Amino acid sequence: MSGVKRFICGDEAVAEGVRLARPHVVSAYPITPQTIVVERLSEYVEEGSLKARYMHVESEHSAMSCAIGASSVGARAFTATSSQGLLYMAETLPYASGARLPIVMMNANRSIATPWNIYGDQMDAMFLLNSGWIQYYVEDAQEALDMMIQGYRLAEDPEVMTPVMINVDGFVLTHTYELVEIPLQEAVDGFLPPLKMPLNSMSLESPKSLCISAGNDTNMEFNMKQHFDMLRSASAIEAVDRAFGETFGRTYHGALEAIDTEDARVVLITAGTVTGTARGVVKALRAAGKKVGLIKLRVLRPFPVQRLIEALKGVEAVGVLDKNISFGYEGTIFTNVNSALMAGQMSPKTLGFIGGIGGRDITKANLEEAYGKLFEVLEGADLDRVQYLNVRCDY
Amino acid sequence: MIEIRWHGRGGQGSFTASRILGAAASVYGGINAMAFPSFGPERRGAPVLGFTKLSREPITDRSEILNPDYVIVLDESLWEEGVTLGLKEDTVIILNTQNARPYREKVSQRVVGADVTAVALEVTGLPMANLGMMGAFAAVEDTVALEAIHKAVLDAMKPSVAQKNIEVIQRVYHAVKEAL
Repeated sequence: MSGVKRFICGDEAVAEGVRLARPHVVSAYPITPQTIVVERLSEYVEEGSLKARYMHVESEHSAMSCAIGASSVGARAFTATSSQGLLYMAETLPYASGARLPIVMMNANRSIATPWNIYGDQMDAMFLLNSGWIQYYVEDAQEALDMMIQGYRLAEDPEVMTPVMINVDGFVLTHTYELVEIPLQEAVDGFLPPLKMPLNSMSLESPKSLCISAGNDTNMEFNMKQHFDMLRSASAIEAVDRAFGETFGRTYHGALEAIDTEDARVVLITAGTVTGTARGVVKALRAAGKKVGLIKLRVLRPFPVQRLIEALKGVEAVGVLDKNISFGYEGTIFTNVNSALMAGQMSPKTLGFIGGIGGRDITKANLEEAYGKLFEVLEGADLDRVQYLNVRCDY
Repeated sequence: MIEIRWHGRGGQGSFTASRILGAAASVYGGINAMAFPSFGPERRGAPVLGFTKLSREPITDRSEILNPDYVIVLDESLWEEGVTLGLKEDTVIILNTQNARPYREKVSQRVVGADVTAVALEVTGLPMANLGMMGAFAAVEDTVALEAIHKAVLDAMKPSVAQKNIEVIQRVYHAVKEAL
């Protein structure tokens, strides 16, 4: 079952995916580079091709608060944001995840002020890694569309009941046009049945307080249950992607995609669109006889520890590309990968690469340089464990 | 891979043309395509860029185009605004101008000139050169067929407007072909 193919941008692909997922409520506040998503959704609601209530809110804090209210009565809710908008909404995110509301949100990854900047990096989403939301990072417009559909199926799985944030790199994906297949509505309806109201949902007949409280006698247990359900959602992430493949003929290899890792000496780990550039670099280096591999990390929470350990077996040097800086330490994904390696009692050499901050381009040459440094380390070079790509200052 | 950089001013439709060319290639031409604007805030009249990548292989690289194969210039007053940046020996410059000769003396690269604004004015009554430039491109580079461009233009606008623009594209195409 294949749908029509259209030449659209990442934001438009997100909007198409959301329309196909048939949310009841869209509450959103526009922010570059997410704006096209909510413009299209409001047009769909206006023309009637999306039968949803579009709530024009005055802020991102209210956008998520409305989604929480809607989801609390069993409605399928969607919102989208970016950067400062995500941070402004931050307080409400754990309210949604703690209440186990299956909201799906698109975040257009954009840098954080100050200095103010509208271009893409992944600093914004890293702030919310601890918010209790499942976090995906996508590579192209087709994956962005498909993940809106997969996102609801995962979030609404009775064993999961956890909100999902789909991260879409600002501009290089949100504003880049490419060929995208729009799945057929019938196929999406089959894959994503209407949301079943959980037994404890609120309704007009059964009003409830949204301020769920738990004192020191039960609070830790609430948090533990949320945490362990998030950990267990790792298997649902794989299952939903497999089921998607059976219906639509496309899968994304679940929590991560391992490219040429089997016999690789050196592997680079990426999240988001830079993976596409890295694919070409790996192909070229392989053609030149270099044993290199690539891991596209699609999910950062729950962190796919076991899958990483399996994919990195026998690898001698691992590089992690972070489009973020955790000030005072290193790239956040680097920290997480090193911890996973320790959990697997593996000790390859590791290097963190920080790049793409504030929209700085990451070129093929930059990635070739990263692979080159990993080989240097294997040959005994003593390099700083964090390297910076395409930088114009001394440090 | 064919990499194209479009130069225009905000409001002249350079990105629209780069996007329609990408749609023509991918939806109707069986060629993989990616199109993107110069990212960031937009201002009417300010120099802006558009980019199109075309390839028979899947395109996964989203990094910027630094060394284009084609540079398409909608407004010759932009010549000093970065048109010659990153040119390769075999880059072709396609320029909207009444007279390309002075520009040929400035660079070693091939400069293809076409008075697209004049054609657009005559056919549509508007000095919009953006879509007509696709006709000039198709005349020098046969990767995307004229027929595919026509279909993509029809998808992008009302039929009456599309027909006039298709006429502009065709006339520019033949004018450039004859001059080659």
